[in-house]
Amino acid sequence: MRKKATIMDARQIDRSLSRIAHEIVERNHGTDNLALVGIRSRGVPLAETLQHKIKEFEGVEIPTGSVDITLYRDDLSQIAPNPVVQATELDFEIESKVVVLVDDVLFTGRTIRAALDALIDYGRPRAIELAVLIDRGHREFPIRADFVGKNVPTSLLEVIKVQCRDIDGEDSVLMMEVDDVVRQYDDGGE
Amino acid sequence: MPKTKEAEAGPAAPGDAGDLILPVDQQAASLKSKDLLGIEYLDADEIQLILDTAHHFKEISQRPIKKVPTLRGKSVINLFFEPSTRTRTSFEIAAKRLSADTQTISASTSSMVKGETLIDTARNIEAMYPDLLIIRHAFPGAAHMLARTCSAAVINAGDGAHEHPTQALLDALTIRDHKGSIEGLRVVICGDIAHSRVARSNIHCLRKLGATVVVAAPPTLMPCDVEALGVEAFDRLEPALEGADVVMTLRIQLERGGKLSFPSTREYFNLFGLSRDKLALAKDDVIVMHPGPMNRGVEIASDVADGPASVILEQVSNGLAVRMAVLYLLAGVGAAKKNVETAA
Amino acid sequence: MSKLLLKGGRVVDPAQGIDQTADLMIDDGLISGIGSDLDANGADVLDVSGCVVAPGFIDMHVHLREPGQEHKETIKTGTAAAAAGGFTGVACMPNTSPVNDHRAVTELIIERADEAGTVPVYPIGCVSVGQQGEALAEIGELVDGGCVAVSDDGYPVATAELMRRALEYTRMFDIPVIEHCEDLSLTGTAPMNEGRVSTALGFKGHPAAAEDIIVARDLVLAELTGGSLHCAHISSAGALRMIRDAKARGINVTCEVTPHHFVLTDEEVRSFDTNTKTNPPLRSQAHVDALIEALADGTVDAIVTDHAPHHADEKALEFDLAPFGIVGLETAVPLACDRLLHRGHVTLQRLVELLSVNPARILRLDAGDLSEGAVGNVTVLDLERTATVDAAAFASKSRNTPFDGWELKGWPVFTIVAGEVVWKAPG
Repeated sequence: MRKKATIMDARQIDRSLSRIAHEIVERNHGTDNLALVGIRSRGVPLAETLQHKIKEFEGVEIPTGSVDITLYRDDLSQIAPNPVVQATELDFEIESKVVVLVDDVLFTGRTIRAALDALIDYGRPRAIELAVLIDRGHREFPIRADFVGKNVPTSLLEVIKVQCRDIDGEDSVLMMEVDDVVRQYDDGGE
Repeated sequence: MPKTKEAEAGPAAPGDAGDLILPVDQQAASLKSKDLLGIEYLDADEIQLILDTAHHFKEISQRPIKKVPTLRGKSVINLFFEPSTRTRTSFEIAAKRLSADTQTISASTSSMVKGETLIDTARNIEAMYPDLLIIRHAFPGAAHMLARTCSAAVINAGDGAHEHPTQALLDALTIRDHKGSIEGLRVVICGDIAHSRVARSNIHCLRKLGATVVVAAPPTLMPCDVEALGVEAFDRLEPALEGADVVMTLRIQLERGGKLSFPSTREYFNLFGLSRDKLALAKDDVIVMHPGPMNRGVEIASDVADGPASVILEQVSNGLAVRMAVLYLLAGVGAAKKNVETAA
Repeated sequence: MSKLLLKGGRVVDPAQGIDQTADLMIDDGLISGIGSDLDANGADVLDVSGCVVAPGFIDMHVHLREPGQEHKETIKTGTAAAAAGGFTGVACMPNTSPVNDHRAVTELIIERADEAGTVPVYPIGCVSVGQQGEALAEIGELVDGGCVAVSDDGYPVATAELMRRALEYTRMFDIPVIEHCEDLSLTGTAPMNEGRVSTALGFKGHPAAAEDIIVARDLVLAELTGGSLHCAHISSAGALRMIRDAKARGINVTCEVTPHHFVLTDEEVRSFDTNTKTNPPLRSQAHVDALIEALADGTVDAIVTDHAPHHADEKALEFDLAPFGIVGLETAVPLACDRLLHRGHVTLQRLVELLSVNPARILRLDAGDLSEGAVGNVTVLDLERTATVDAAAFASKSRNTPFDGWELKGWPVFTIVAGEVVWKAPG
């Protein structure tokens, strides 16, 4: 996999997240009943950043958790060995809340489908919204994002790689290129 | 011996397995063998992987909906050739919480009573395409036999006095919950070491994770050359308990009968029963474990079993999580093996 | 009648103190001479240059399973396996069905062996009626019918009293009492040796002490009675120590060991392969070392196979449930050559004593030497031949061997009984 271009640097990411934070509050008329849930792995630091930003301008700390979709993947019978299971941390009730799912890249939509199933096993939220840093198209499910940092048209030979400081040492969004078309569950990786 | 060759093929390469690959941050979780036959055959990394996975599975049992769709369409067969309520139920619930289909065949209802051999039983079950087989059997090596005969993943749920790997894993998870890490701990296992698969699996597991393991038993219940397993052995309980972080008492198998190992349960309790007085010799923050079912007043006093140091019921809860983890991980190994076979 | 000339081999005959390159002539079934450049004089000539020509090997401990368990082995297949293993005679244990506690059974065995016409079979009768350990069998009748020894093999002679009487009674017939040395109260259902491996695997262990206790008892009784005691398949260092000491004190005792006991240890059981399940069990390395030492120093008199065929279905059970036993006829000689001779533990002379001279002496057979007028039983060995054990190709009906696939050096190439080549190595 070769690097082709830098799509966003740290400052651009920060600006996008600031805008998304404002949009979330604006669209929901405040922060009441709002919760943020990051999808493992790179949705989690993004959700935390959004929580932090909302607290800065609204003074309210929105309940924020994480969800691991591994056990809900629709391809477990096709991939092997099984992926490592990571923690799901939802230490608040999602019943009747507006839950904003946060992920780094929206691609096929399969991750979001799995995350929706996972969330619903914890209760019945009033609504679920979706925030992503990058929407790269190629949807395979009828899913769209409510909040998008940047739309990036891609070919299937391209891969969007979001890097987060806590995980990867820097904040950036890279476009990579591969030799063969490989269907991917969702971006955020190779 | 466990088969490892197939599993070493590693994660499916791009282009295989429906052209799906894992995101970079989701490393493939891999056990080397298609089967879990004993802790002896695992390395420390594999044990940690199972414990880490089990740790995340614990939360599922606390949700309003205690079920995930992970093993949907997989079929799990419990083959119990020896009576067991706790382990069998735990495996059944674990499989069901992962949405697998389960069927339990117990010795009384099986064709074993009609004189069918284990291998023939295994072949017949194999012909129904199960994904996972769980076997409890009175004789050492029975799970190995099944694993050699069947392509399904085989989980040893106890083979005679040999191994009971999921018990050791749930014990390790329980200790880790309380002590943070197992490395450097002093763990005392006391009771009928000679006839205990729990002791053997725990000795392997705890030693691989860096604990010092001490065994204490009357010499009549201590197996020959037990030090070869890497443990310190005591023929009295008191000196063994000094400085202990964890004490596991083993069930005295009263049903085994025989008056040659100890003269009476009264005398056994006086010498080896875990009483509050004896427990006071261990560290202040000692935890007390028992694989169950307990003989109160024989190997353990009730006030210890129900006391503040006891983590016996947590062991049961952790058993569920560990078995879910093992089922999840082995289902993956099994699929990997099938992919390799298909490709070949 | 027929004549056979074995030309140019290394003739090793401990009985006559011969070890030289020479020709050996067998005339009408009897040895007629050893010398250099013997004239064929119309004899069939077998070029055995580069090979060892030894008095025919005798396996004094086999289970031929006939009558009664012909699905495991028959006298015909068992003797074919013996010939294919380089043996010119076998002594078969009485634990058939019915047991050989009656002259009729003895005669049946000999008759069937004659029909098979491969190698002679020397029946061993029971010590006690039905091997039940209560009443002495009709030992006089058994000997008259052709038995060369008595044994309750499979079980020990049940009580000290019975063993005493057996040792006394057999003095009349000058035959040995062959003892299966195992204190059953110590072994119970144990499927393997007691030691670190049984501890690791969770099996009940069979302690070497169980063997030592019966050896000790029987040595005391042999001394008391002056009877002839032969301890079967010795596997324990302690037993060997006592036998060595007893021999030094002039007690009339001999003993035997099997290749599986001097080659394998109980570590093999870790595979749960039921072909490693045998009684006495495979022991630890310390015992194996003691066996090899005793083979070298003369404490051990004979190498035997304890050939114990079992059908594959019977062995395809849980280790605890599978029957004891290993087939040995077709692997014993190469194992002995490879592991004892080629590794320098024993000389060729000693090897021939262990496989031929001593078994013949213990059973009072007219065999085990190549002197003029002796029966022309000869085993020809190619000590340099390397081959792989192929259980599927065994002449035996059963394949329960832990040695399948082993590459070994030193194999029999001709088995000659009374001047007839009854087997020759393929290729």
